[in-house]
Amino acid sequence: MFALDILQAALFAAALILLTPPLGLYMALVLEGRWRFLAPVETAIYRLCGIRELREMSWRQYTGALIAFNVIGLAVLLAILMGQGFLPLNPQNLPGMKFFLALNTAISFVTNTNWQAYSGEAALSYFSQMAGLTVQNFVSPAVGVAVMLGLIRGFVRRTGTTVGNLWADLVRSVLYILLPLAILFAIVLAGQGVVQNLSGYVTATTVEGAQQAIPMGPAASQIAIKQLGTNGGGFFGVNSAHPFENPTPLTNFLELLAIFLIPASLTYTFGIMVGDRRQGWALFGAMFILFLAGFTASWWAESQPNPITHVPINMEGKEQRFGVMNSVLWSTVTTDASNGSVNSMHDSLSPMAGMVAMLNIKLGEVIYGGVGAGMYGMLMYVLLTVFIAGLMVGRTPEYLGKKIEAREVRLAVIALFVPSGLILVAAAIASSIPAGLSSLANAGPHGLSEILYAFASALGNNGSAFAGLTVDTPFYNLMLGAGMLVGRFIVIIPALMIAGSMVRKTAAPPSPGTFPTNTPLFAVLLVSVILIVSALFFLPALTLGPISEHMVMLQGRTF
Amino acid sequence: MSASKTDYSQLIPAAIRDSFLKLDPREQVKNPVMLVVFLGAIWTTITLFTSFSGFNLQIALWLWFTVLFANFAEAMAEGRGKAQANALRQARTQTMARRLRNGAEERVASTELRKGDLVVCEANDPIPADGEVIEGVASVDEAAITGESAPVIRESGGDHSAVTGGTRVLSDRIVIRISADPGAGFLDRMISMVEGARRQKTPNEIALGILLVSITVLFLFAVFTLPAFSAYSEQAAGQQGVVNTSAPVLVSLLVCLIPTTIGALLSAIGISGIDRMIRRNVIATSGRAVEAAGDIDVLLLDKTGTITLGNRMATSFHPAPGVEERQLAEAAQLSSLADETPEGRSIVVLAKDLHGLRARDFHPSHVDFVPFTAQTRMSGINIKVDDHGAPMTTRCIRKGAAEAIRQEVERQGGKFPSQVRNAVEAISKAGGTPLVVAEGVTVLGVIHLKDVVKGGIKERFSQLRKMGIRTVMITGDNPTTAAAIAAEAGVDEFMAEATPEMKLQRIRAEQAEGHLVAMTGDGTNDAPALAQADVGVAMNTGTQAAREAGNMVDLDSNPTKLIEVVEIGKQLLMTRGALTTFSIANDVAKYFAILPAMFAALYALKPGAPGPLAALNIMGLHSPESAILSAVIFNALIIIALIPLALRGVAYRATGASQVLLRNIIIYGLGGVIAPFVGIKLIDMLLVALHLA
Repeated sequence: MFALDILQAALFAAALILLTPPLGLYMALVLEGRWRFLAPVETAIYRLCGIRELREMSWRQYTGALIAFNVIGLAVLLAILMGQGFLPLNPQNLPGMKFFLALNTAISFVTNTNWQAYSGEAALSYFSQMAGLTVQNFVSPAVGVAVMLGLIRGFVRRTGTTVGNLWADLVRSVLYILLPLAILFAIVLAGQGVVQNLSGYVTATTVEGAQQAIPMGPAASQIAIKQLGTNGGGFFGVNSAHPFENPTPLTNFLELLAIFLIPASLTYTFGIMVGDRRQGWALFGAMFILFLAGFTASWWAESQPNPITHVPINMEGKEQRFGVMNSVLWSTVTTDASNGSVNSMHDSLSPMAGMVAMLNIKLGEVIYGGVGAGMYGMLMYVLLTVFIAGLMVGRTPEYLGKKIEAREVRLAVIALFVPSGLILVAAAIASSIPAGLSSLANAGPHGLSEILYAFASALGNNGSAFAGLTVDTPFYNLMLGAGMLVGRFIVIIPALMIAGSMVRKTAAPPSPGTFPTNTPLFAVLLVSVILIVSALFFLPALTLGPISEHMVMLQGRTF
Repeated sequence: MSASKTDYSQLIPAAIRDSFLKLDPREQVKNPVMLVVFLGAIWTTITLFTSFSGFNLQIALWLWFTVLFANFAEAMAEGRGKAQANALRQARTQTMARRLRNGAEERVASTELRKGDLVVCEANDPIPADGEVIEGVASVDEAAITGESAPVIRESGGDHSAVTGGTRVLSDRIVIRISADPGAGFLDRMISMVEGARRQKTPNEIALGILLVSITVLFLFAVFTLPAFSAYSEQAAGQQGVVNTSAPVLVSLLVCLIPTTIGALLSAIGISGIDRMIRRNVIATSGRAVEAAGDIDVLLLDKTGTITLGNRMATSFHPAPGVEERQLAEAAQLSSLADETPEGRSIVVLAKDLHGLRARDFHPSHVDFVPFTAQTRMSGINIKVDDHGAPMTTRCIRKGAAEAIRQEVERQGGKFPSQVRNAVEAISKAGGTPLVVAEGVTVLGVIHLKDVVKGGIKERFSQLRKMGIRTVMITGDNPTTAAAIAAEAGVDEFMAEATPEMKLQRIRAEQAEGHLVAMTGDGTNDAPALAQADVGVAMNTGTQAAREAGNMVDLDSNPTKLIEVVEIGKQLLMTRGALTTFSIANDVAKYFAILPAMFAALYALKPGAPGPLAALNIMGLHSPESAILSAVIFNALIIIALIPLALRGVAYRATGASQVLLRNIIIYGLGGVIAPFVGIKLIDMLLVALHLA
């Protein structure tokens, strides 16, 4: 049993490492327009939308276009959700969403968070799922890729002051990467038994004679992009624990892999774009170390006998067919990458495994992270690491030849520290006022963990939840909605500003005196900085949440 | 000046006094990280009036110590400069000057002199202000600024025309055109640099400051959201008031977490970097220049004086066929007896060294010395007596350029052997200078003169290469000679037949590729290049224009010092990085001291019993009070403990970045994680032994 678990985990890691170079190379080629095998379609889209794809943008134009794109997307999605009662493809005749919930949901999908304060089968029409959510499932990761491209161009360009063309970047991301992969994956999923239809819900009579409505819908197509685009918003309320979303061991394996696939491969794309693959592998390595550490810790915690119930392993909240290893692998992967889909209930994780999941998110979603977002988030940490440790080689810190000065430090710490600070402030408010506390289902330290997790998930654009918290209240819908917006753009805007200031800098060619950022030592250093600067920041709050919970559990006390 | 050792017996009391003066809030706001500690100390002190306890008092005291220790670090760094500044001030005492106006002399106070005024200085007159010699030549005592007691020559025109206010003319008369208004002179700038009075933050210091402030703000959030989480937990546990979130405890946690170590030492590191330059007799005009020195990756070095000793020296004799080497050496020595050039002297010395030939004295009537002229391109001697003083057929010995000797010998009917011609070519090809020696019509052989590369310079360059610094040799020599010397000295590249304009172009080209360039120079025609270079070190003996253009002045006028300047710059940045890393790494242990202490009783099964979180007290600290106190004390004492390191700089070795990084990460990163665990535990044991907690 244990050997089989190890084998599965090893297979997962091996598949990830093996797929990273080819997909990374492919993405580098298509994103930079060096391989345009769909040129007629691509050009048609440009002409149709009036895009002049060769027109370079300054960082301001790039950011402005990106914000405009998201604002319009948000408005359209909000209208669809609130007006779904009047729109087609609504066999269950579901009514329009209420404003606060619709706003929260719209923000959630536009920011690639996919926090779900609703249950899909009970609240959304097929039209809302397909024309509303799935559209954002495609374009929100494309936005992430575009920001990453802008930032990388800031580092690698030696002339000019522009960072690319946003529209071309978005079109290429969707057309060459997300769409083909999603189509391929959806077919595989449908082949494995994931439902894909537009029929009404089926009513079945159970063996006990009770009537049960079995939800249907175009699930496979949405699940493919939900995983590949690190979106995570389930078609059904219980997400990937649902047998129609995740029917077989193979789909479980593939859906897990799909979460990490693009973010991991983007490290390789990065390596190619900066002209040194080892730069990409160093980031991959740092991410892998953090992933492995979190996974191992969670697995260990879940495999401990419960000191109160004396159950040998923690199967509460888990699907019998997945077992402990596949559940904690999912809980680690989904929180590492800002995916947020679940195949087990995170609220039922043991305190330590729950803390790992929470901490993964709080580190800023950089352990592979969201599509594109993980890379630009990690690059913020890289700038911080290079700045702190780079001085130790006796030179002004520089990354990829470009100096890191006051402006970049200021922007990087805004991107990294503001979300962290806000998680704590929001959680402190929620744990102090009745509007925050009344949503709690659990007393004791676990209640605090639920609140911390919710805000971490929103600000980190993850979207998973400790389900014990009732979040469909005006207080949480608004707070978390605001959190998702801030958490997304407080990183995107500084990242593009850095791109703008970096692109103007003269690059110093590498020499033996240059701080090496393409070595295993650097990967370890990066991990240390992430842990010491970010993880330690949350330690006081975590001590009162999951750590207390764990210690109290060891004493045999319950609440 | 700077050769003197620091006198700590005077420095420390002065620094202690300054530490208290720096409690002035206007001083404290300059350093935001320490300002937080300062405000925390005030807050904790105020709390003493409402809730007095021995613990709170000790916390308050140690917080004040933390602030004072930071002040002390800065005062120590400034104090070392102040002592030097005072010495310099004495040189700047007001003097009377003899101003020339319309040809007439008038006596005015030196403070009344303005740029462009002409003054006269004669023996024993102090030079009233910075200026340029426009007439005459004089020996000048510059000991006041360079510490060098031997006088130097200053003369109009050429590269030795600049004089500095505060120095003294020892002999002769010069007319000086004043080049600096009062208070803006070289000495004034030096004083303000040394004192750090008008010290501006360098770009890297500003960036680091932003990071430190950000971390501080972040921890403000972490600490001040804690009462809310604690209140929730107390309610959940049903134990009201069991978590101590009083001001002293929260401030203690905050002060321990924010990067006080680097915050306290940051300005001391910067000041001492400049101080280390001054100790090597290099005056940087700004801290920015010192910092830039660390980033340099291309050094433009003048060949003469920096890479080679400056004069060509005879290194070997190559006799013609049928001639003994000793015979050649003797003739060469005789021909050079009257040659006072360094080359000539080196021939005499070589003959003695290789063949034990003593230089002989001749009575002036027995010999005719033939001096070198541009027409003959030869020099030599005509000897009319033999070894015993008896008259003999005159021996005519000549040495000179191969072509000149050939023509002379052939004119007299002699032959120029092809072997000698080959030897001449071989020497030229190797970058040397061949001198052919002939006696009468017989060609005796060739003397090999060459530029002698300074000892140890090759090793120095290979170290620089490991550090990622490329060396470019600049020389007026032809490419062949330049290539030979470049190979021997081990420089990476060379520029032959270089002109000052080419230097400037080269600097611009390197900078366009992203390189940072350092160079030295002394002539007025070096000024544009000195100004263009990222680090331009002007020689103190150089012209005023050069000294104005560079951003450093080397008082010793030693071009090799450029290498040390780079090392000091690197050391400055390394020290900053090492202490930042150390400071941040310290947080791990402090958390393990303070958090269990704060939450020890939470979720306890029985009132008064330790709660489950007490298990996090992995250091086994005695009590919550002793734990918090130990962390605060450690945090304060580490500042004091690291002051010497901040002033001295971290150990520097010329190796590649990878090794330097690994070494520093182990010492300051890993060490920074481990050291406080040990330190806090020891302090805790001591507190218990002293019954302080």
